[in-house]
Amino acid sequence: MDVSSHDILLVGGGGAGLRAAIAAAEVNPKLSIAVVSKVYPMRSHTVSAEGGAAGVAKPDDSLAEHAYDTISGGDWLSDQDAVEAFVKEAPLELLQLERWGCPWNREPDGHIAVRAFGGMQKKRTWFAADKTGFHMLHTLFQTSLKFDPITRYDEWFVTKLLVNDGRVQGVVAIELMSGKIQAIMAKAVILCTGGCGRVFPFTTNANIKNGDGMSLAYRAGAPLKDMEFVQYHPTGLPFTGILITEAARAEGGYMLNKDGYRYLQDYNLGRPEPKPVLRSMELGPRDRLSQAFVKEFQKGRTIETPHGHVVHLDLRHLGEKLIEARLPFVRELCLKYQNIDPVKELVPVRPVIHYMMGGVSTDIEGATPLAGLFAAGEVACVSINGANRLGSNSLPECLVFGARAGRAAAEFASGQSPANGAALAQALDEERRLESRYLNKTGGRERIATIRNEMQATVEKSAGIYREEPSLAEGASKLEELQQRYDDINLDDRSRTFNTELESALELGYMLDVAQSIVQCALHRSESRGAHQRTDFPARDDEHYLAHSIVYRNTDGSSRVEYSPVKITLWPPGERVYGQQGQEHSQAKPAQ
Amino acid sequence: MAEKITLEIARYSPEQDEQPHYECFEVPVHKEWVVLDALNHVKDNVDGTLTYRWSCRMGICGSCGMMVNGEPKLTCATFLSHYANQGARKIRVEPLRYFPVVRDLVTELSDFLNKLKKVKPWLIHEDEPPLSQGEFLQTPAQVDRYKQYSMCINCTLCYAACPVVGLDPVFVGPAALALAQRYNLDSRDQGAAERTALLAHPEGVWGCTFVGECTRVCPKHVDPAGAIQQYKLAAVMSWLKSFVMPRGQDAR
Repeated sequence: MDVSSHDILLVGGGGAGLRAAIAAAEVNPKLSIAVVSKVYPMRSHTVSAEGGAAGVAKPDDSLAEHAYDTISGGDWLSDQDAVEAFVKEAPLELLQLERWGCPWNREPDGHIAVRAFGGMQKKRTWFAADKTGFHMLHTLFQTSLKFDPITRYDEWFVTKLLVNDGRVQGVVAIELMSGKIQAIMAKAVILCTGGCGRVFPFTTNANIKNGDGMSLAYRAGAPLKDMEFVQYHPTGLPFTGILITEAARAEGGYMLNKDGYRYLQDYNLGRPEPKPVLRSMELGPRDRLSQAFVKEFQKGRTIETPHGHVVHLDLRHLGEKLIEARLPFVRELCLKYQNIDPVKELVPVRPVIHYMMGGVSTDIEGATPLAGLFAAGEVACVSINGANRLGSNSLPECLVFGARAGRAAAEFASGQSPANGAALAQALDEERRLESRYLNKTGGRERIATIRNEMQATVEKSAGIYREEPSLAEGASKLEELQQRYDDINLDDRSRTFNTELESALELGYMLDVAQSIVQCALHRSESRGAHQRTDFPARDDEHYLAHSIVYRNTDGSSRVEYSPVKITLWPPGERVYGQQGQEHSQAKPAQ
Repeated sequence: MAEKITLEIARYSPEQDEQPHYECFEVPVHKEWVVLDALNHVKDNVDGTLTYRWSCRMGICGSCGMMVNGEPKLTCATFLSHYANQGARKIRVEPLRYFPVVRDLVTELSDFLNKLKKVKPWLIHEDEPPLSQGEFLQTPAQVDRYKQYSMCINCTLCYAACPVVGLDPVFVGPAALALAQRYNLDSRDQGAAERTALLAHPEGVWGCTFVGECTRVCPKHVDPAGAIQQYKLAAVMSWLKSFVMPRGQDAR
């Protein structure tokens, strides 16, 4: 077996991974840094982020207001020390991206322009038209090319973390091109693999979003946190699930039901005004908007289509000029995939799985409880997003906590000795497992797609926008059945050359772990908070559940859910209000 | 519109085949389906060995470029109905032209990645003021000068369309040259002279014979051909200036 060694190893080369790699290289140019990614880094899912990146930038705004919006948006489940660090460092990170060439939209005088976004009381979202993630990712990738300490393993798929002496010492990965299985040793490993939207059937997430890092950590003994909190974005195109950015509403778009009525006014989100009002109506938080859709559906006020019920997003009054200047990608996507021109026509939209608030449990430096293992970006749960992430907080989260994890890993790695023989023995075991369970296995009867489809249907049915105990319990037992049937899968493809079927099989294994953790956490949390709505427990219960779910994997493959307290610094738990009332609340300053 | 259509897919496995061959799969034609959906249908239900790349399915990650009926296309943005409506009974799907084939529809990209790096696609700025001094100012008009060339998704369709790439593998190629120009035209950048020195020779811009196919096939309207023409002009100006100012100045 080939073995290579580095000081720091990144799994994933998207926004968080590349930022972490550059941060580590800047701390110590002598470090050897490996970026191991199953796709070329510029294919990473950061590329699909559209609307923007939040960071206080203008004199009328303050860090305290960004923190309050984030914490109230997260229904008080965010760790407030992490939020404080986040809002403070976000503007600096966005500025650093500017220095590296990111083509941010500008004011006429040349300063950075900012736009409104859902749940934010001030305009603070930096944007590059409606391709912000694309520009950030390409800027980071192109900039990373000038750092010699960074070695890339493009199109290598990580199958296991090597843990010895209570410390992560590297990974086993398959080089897709050749099929070679290799041990890549490292003194510190940072997971930056993003989310897991493909656990659900209808998602904005790319095909590569399978919760790889979450499962790798979970199997290695590191706990996952707050996995029941899954975000539905209110505006996805039917059938494809393609995201229509929240920026479309921030620029003034209306949400209409089948009667052409701005229905959000019926859901405690404020009064309809012709122009967008911050933290109100269409600029409410995503969890509340997606929940309002379900209520409208129940009232029979949505529109039936061959691909599920929809409501309408109306951009017509914005005019072609504004749409072309600020939402060109929205128009391109609608024209291409829906055959609709938003300049002249209503856009059909429905809630779509978009983002994972939960993830690998980390501290404020990106460190997990497992020594040598770090995580940043969507794969991680620090937590700043609590029970519901605000739009435009995830891109700066990748930067702030990517950089923090990169620096922390650099420091950790400098004090460690190289991996030992026991780690290599584990790697050899893993090679044998991959060969016997997949490549050389005979007699399997299950198709990957069958199990994947059943898993997705199960998770949607049990852990959708509204949840209740019977369907969650049913989902949990169905997932157990699917885990067993997974052992009986058959691969058509036994080739060593670019075996994407093997990759899909391994990804399905990861997704089954993640699905189990989502359903178990949702089953155990007997309250409603943010994106976790239990019809059998409709109220928030701070007495019992102002706490993070911490889920561990038992040796028999089952899971164990525990709770840990939320860190409250300046913002005691309060009522979450939007609309006119909310504006009075938001102006309340923290008790400093 | 026909209910079914045949995909004629180029297959090649280096462990088994000396030469690529074609294999046909009948797939349903749904109004919403793109070529990529049909490939996924085959892989999920018929033949798990079919090998191709894909990820975002919204035309932004750049993974799923293939030749569709001889044209370089993003398969996630190419509808089956487009062909079915014209009465076609068969769609031919092949790996992108001019690239070595790894397997089936997967091409080798490392040469392309090396070419990208070669043009120094990062902001070159001599002095680095502290972040506390704020952003480099840049007006919307200054952003507009380079914005179009910053839209490249690295899908490599332009390489598959460029006859010069086919004839001369050393040619840096359209996407990388457009990217160089993206930085050259950025008011924050001071690296144009450095890049011009790298690219003002036959492997660089002078390799281009201005066929314009790169611009025609670009799914993001980047216009690499236009970028290369601008670059040539800048290179000539720089060369002319070198007689007046022998040190060689900023090519803009």
